[in-house]
Amino acid sequence: MGSYIWLIPVLPLVAFIITLIFGKWWIKDSAHWLPVLAMAGSFGLSLAAFIQIRGSAEPVVVELWRWFSVGSFQVPFSLQMDQLSSVMCLVVSGISLLIFIYSKGYMHGDTGYYRFFAYMSLFGFSMLLLVLAGNYLLLYLGWEAVGLCSYYLIGYFYHKPEAAAAGKKAFIVNRVGDFGFGLGVMLIFVTFGTLDYVGVFQQVGVGGIGEGALLAIALLLFMGAMGKSAQFPLHVWLPDAMEGPTPVSALIHAATMVTAGVYLVARSAVIFASVPTALLVVGIIGTFTAIFAAVIGICQKDIKKVLAYSTVSQLGYMFMALGVGAWAIAIFHLMTHAFFKALLFLGAGSVIHSLGGEQDMDKMGGLRKRIPATYYTLVAGALALSGIFPFAGFWSKDDILGSVWRDGQYLFWAVGLIAAFITAFYTFRMIFMTFFGKPRMDEETGEHIHESPWSMIVPLIVLALGALLAGFLGLPGKLGVLQSFLEPVFGSANHILGIHEHSLAATDYVLMVVSVIVAMLGIVLAWFMYVKRTDLPALAGRRLQPVYRVVYNKFYVDEFYAATVVRLTVDGSRWVWRNFDEKIIDGAVHGTAWLWQRAGQVARPVQSGRVQNYLLGMFIGLFVVVTVVVFL
Amino acid sequence: MGGTPADMAIPVDWYLYLSAALFIVGAAGMLIRRNLFIVLFSLELMLNAVNINLVGFSRFHENLAGQNFVLFVMAIAAAEAAVGLAIATALFRNRQTLMVDLFDRMKG
Repeated sequence: MGSYIWLIPVLPLVAFIITLIFGKWWIKDSAHWLPVLAMAGSFGLSLAAFIQIRGSAEPVVVELWRWFSVGSFQVPFSLQMDQLSSVMCLVVSGISLLIFIYSKGYMHGDTGYYRFFAYMSLFGFSMLLLVLAGNYLLLYLGWEAVGLCSYYLIGYFYHKPEAAAAGKKAFIVNRVGDFGFGLGVMLIFVTFGTLDYVGVFQQVGVGGIGEGALLAIALLLFMGAMGKSAQFPLHVWLPDAMEGPTPVSALIHAATMVTAGVYLVARSAVIFASVPTALLVVGIIGTFTAIFAAVIGICQKDIKKVLAYSTVSQLGYMFMALGVGAWAIAIFHLMTHAFFKALLFLGAGSVIHSLGGEQDMDKMGGLRKRIPATYYTLVAGALALSGIFPFAGFWSKDDILGSVWRDGQYLFWAVGLIAAFITAFYTFRMIFMTFFGKPRMDEETGEHIHESPWSMIVPLIVLALGALLAGFLGLPGKLGVLQSFLEPVFGSANHILGIHEHSLAATDYVLMVVSVIVAMLGIVLAWFMYVKRTDLPALAGRRLQPVYRVVYNKFYVDEFYAATVVRLTVDGSRWVWRNFDEKIIDGAVHGTAWLWQRAGQVARPVQSGRVQNYLLGMFIGLFVVVTVVVFL
Repeated sequence: MGGTPADMAIPVDWYLYLSAALFIVGAAGMLIRRNLFIVLFSLELMLNAVNINLVGFSRFHENLAGQNFVLFVMAIAAAEAAVGLAIATALFRNRQTLMVDLFDRMKG
């Protein structure tokens, strides 16, 4: 296996380079072929690695070359394939492949067609490198590279000021988190003397590392995860990132890149398991984000914004699971979420495509009969997101709530359950507003509604099957295939926390039934408000106007940042500009010039232009020299 | 050439006094006179003061190297005079004067 895993990230890299160089003049409209084939190759190799790594207790580490070698600072460019990496590789390459195919239809005729596929391939490379990295520094490289691709692709429609601004916002907010991550990586090296996963985790397992250092490392790494995975209070960039093309939202900002934070924490499970405080922080942030974002999702009018807040909320669920040490279940939810959220985004993209670019749900409605394939697949995704039996989201969300309950974090459980209710409500609010009721678009758009081409529908159907079936990989308790598959990776972390496999008990069934009932209630409420009594939402909005306004404005987090952080930065920068840059830096430059100008004024008369004056000077000089030499 | 320094009709100091006197006259002329020709003549005077020095010492030390140098200096002086006079001609064509204190265009 060691012989080919390097090809998994490299294939998309090759596709990126060729597409970028030859795309504009030569490949043009067939720019999708190479990235699709490369990603299919990566998927095939990931599948092979997945089959080979099964049951292997040790990770396979391949050192391609020595990257840094400075004294004791030795960092190899090494790839590590283990069960966790292989699951991530499969998810990333599989979803990427489907979304590439979908993009062929969705981006058709766009002027930047080749550019889109080039950056998507670069993203594929970066993300696969991220999940295959064998040490924290290489992980950091992949981490920054996916951030860069995210920036490129959010700002894909760069002529739109909002898109350019959203790209910058995503990049800058991520910097905040990455700052912590970078410090964390340095602290890991200082503490352990190595950055290799194997070496670090071994030392943590042996023990003897200070509690404080471990806590600092865990919190700094989590800071990076909060930025990348859009956890409160660094969640603000993700909804704005919806300015990018819809396949980008599906791939990067729903299925893969934003889950990198979850991967990071799961990868560092041993570290987090050793410091319960850090785990608690992860759980609290995750749980709060889960409900916070879900509440905002209720009031969004833009179909993609609803899904964006839903993504933030679901990522919160994953961190909630990580917070109680349910590593495998967090990865399970990551996987099912990748399926159904990619499906929902692509479905939303299909809706937007059929309406000629309309994203406002107030201008949709009644599309059920017009675009049936999109409708049925999107409903499958919505059922999975709401957690209805037997869709994928049911199993993973229930596993999360079940493990939270077993850990005794009843507050997390209660909040998670309420968030599940809200999730079901806003998801079906979206479905009902889009597909049911009277058409609210203008006539001309209405006439042009068309089902999307096959290249868009086929990925939708595949993902819908995934949303239906993926859940069976992670059945609760001892039945879970995925959990036992991941056991070699999380074994030592579970050992530290004292978590054992458990058999299904009566409480598990009760919890399942409760959460399904809650989700059904959410759907019924959505149906009642948006199909049966369509006057209710407006009424509720009027009655609860102060609350509605706060939620509609996303709890004014953006405004808060604008008034504090942004304001401070801008004002502070302006102060530095006026006082430091202009006065001190420019002053030094101008002062030097002034000094020599004045010196020139003083020395100027010496150059009289008369040869005889110079000659006199020479004679005087000669006289002095001779006098000194002869008489002294 | 023969004889020892003791046989010399004229002691070497005299050469040096003459040379120094000529040199000072030449230097003063170069610094003070305004006419470019006089300045050039003064330069020749200084060169010849040096020549007298060289010849005097050559005789004093009974070494021909000094006289060899004198021949070189004369050749160079001739060349220098040619160049200097050419410059003087060119200057006069441009400025219709040869007063050196008027040539101060390079004033800073």
